[in-house]
Amino acid sequence: MSGYFKDIYDGLATAMVGMKITWKHLFTKNVTIQYPDEKHDIPERVRNRLYVNMDDCIGCDQCAKACPVNCITIETAKSLPEEDLGVASVGNKKKLWVTRFDIDIAKCCYCGLCVPPCPTVCIFMTPVFEFSEYNRDDLIYRYSTLTAEEAAEKVANAERAKAEADAKKAADLEAKKKAAAEKAAAEKAAAEKAAAENAEGDGGAPQENNG
Amino acid sequence: MEALLQSFLGDNLLTLVLYASLPLVLILLYALLAILGEVKISAWMQDRLGPMRTGPWGIIQPLADVLKLLQKEDIVPEKADKFLFNLAPYLSFMSAYAAFAVIPFSSQYVGADLNIGLFYLLAISSLNVAAIMMAGWASNNKYSLYGAMRGVAQIVSYEVPAAMALVIIVIFLGSLNISDVITAQSGPVWNWMIFGGPKQDVMLASGTVFSASWVNLVFAPFFIATFVMYYVSGLAETNRTPFDIPEAESELVSGYHTEYSGMKFAMFFMSEYANMFLVSIVTSILFFGGWNSPFGAYLGDAVGLPWLTAVEQLGWLVFKGLFFVFVMIWIRWTLPRLRVDQLMYMCWKVLIPFSFGIALIVGFLVVVL
Repeated sequence: MSGYFKDIYDGLATAMVGMKITWKHLFTKNVTIQYPDEKHDIPERVRNRLYVNMDDCIGCDQCAKACPVNCITIETAKSLPEEDLGVASVGNKKKLWVTRFDIDIAKCCYCGLCVPPCPTVCIFMTPVFEFSEYNRDDLIYRYSTLTAEEAAEKVANAERAKAEADAKKAADLEAKKKAAAEKAAAEKAAAEKAAAENAEGDGGAPQENNG
Repeated sequence: MEALLQSFLGDNLLTLVLYASLPLVLILLYALLAILGEVKISAWMQDRLGPMRTGPWGIIQPLADVLKLLQKEDIVPEKADKFLFNLAPYLSFMSAYAAFAVIPFSSQYVGADLNIGLFYLLAISSLNVAAIMMAGWASNNKYSLYGAMRGVAQIVSYEVPAAMALVIIVIFLGSLNISDVITAQSGPVWNWMIFGGPKQDVMLASGTVFSASWVNLVFAPFFIATFVMYYVSGLAETNRTPFDIPEAESELVSGYHTEYSGMKFAMFFMSEYANMFLVSIVTSILFFGGWNSPFGAYLGDAVGLPWLTAVEQLGWLVFKGLFFVFVMIWIRWTLPRLRVDQLMYMCWKVLIPFSFGIALIVGFLVVVL
């Protein structure tokens, strides 16, 4: 029976305890961060949207090779000898036109493995995390600074230069071969001549002796 | 108030309809406020902000909610009993609204000054049970039916202690007239029932003189206990937490109104909030002096403006009612839900024996003193 009254007392008393707590919280400062207006402080080394600083990119393709999900696509064209592309900020000379540098951010898994291999520290992860799009194709970021026409021109230049170089190489090779052949012929002639002279000097016919 | 309307419009049906619609305006405004209060208070108690986007600090959120409900498709399940399904929400709101007929909002506005007002109040608010059962059965949905069964069991059970609480006041006062209950508590704050009722002879609204003295202070502890019992029963009858077993979201989706959408759902919602307000107002009428000012005097009387007195009285009643609605919201965001057996234990083994005991003691004291 005493348990019965104790239960009733406990029921009322604990309800009051609970109500005291909620009453206190009624006047506690709220913890809400009203997201689009206010934002959380993001950790310093957070990995979010990838960014490429094309001024420094030397088109070495190391990031694309490091990427585990193949979201980076790089195409390059050799520059002509007379073109000066300048140097990257860390000192590497730029020798390639980067005709295509696409990052499919929809594929990106934010692992950050592309960042350490970069010799010029031009690919890195930014704290930007709000980049949703209505169209999936808009998530393919095209970083190449060249327009399509320019890129086509650079590729054509590079191909022409390569063709010329190949032609030159082939010609050189031919010339070299020719020269070698001539040299060989001359040597052969000289050897024959020397042999003939030798035979004369020996005063006999070695063929007859050997046969 | 009725005389005022009659002087403008004449004695015709329009006057009556207008007169009867006045509490509806109050309830609609209150419902908007209560919805906002519920979301805001719950948010603040959980250290959140609540709605902030609709209007400054989200204050027009309830209007946006109502607008959304108005635009929603009215869905009636294919296998439902169409007639009962469509009737239930209106019956539910009707029962909640009809109870307001006997509520004196001020000394100048009583819809129907019945001499059995408290009895009518009990009778008409029980109609809600029929509406709940109707909705649960007609929906042809297991969750609706479970919710309705639980709701009916709960409301019917808690009718008993609620009625006994009223009976205790009736024993003390010797009148079922709600205006009598209020006029008995007129004067300063210590005349309220929660402090043992009137301390000097008072002329009741029905004309009889209620003789009283400071000895009435001995009733105070019993009336405080009665108040707690009535308020707890009121919570259970309005299906509020910790007695929200009929609409337990985690078990029953939302109980008897699971299948309702749009305005029919809004009707159930409205009737629930109207019932909350009704219980709060009846609590303040029975124990906290109704429309009586706690100071025992009115500014309107002092400056000689009768209409100001009436407005003040309405203000006091609404203020007290809203305070108890706030306490309901406060309790809702504090206590967890009871189990069905705990609910029944509380009603049949705690509230009912106590209410009978208090009724006995109060009856004895009334006879002796």
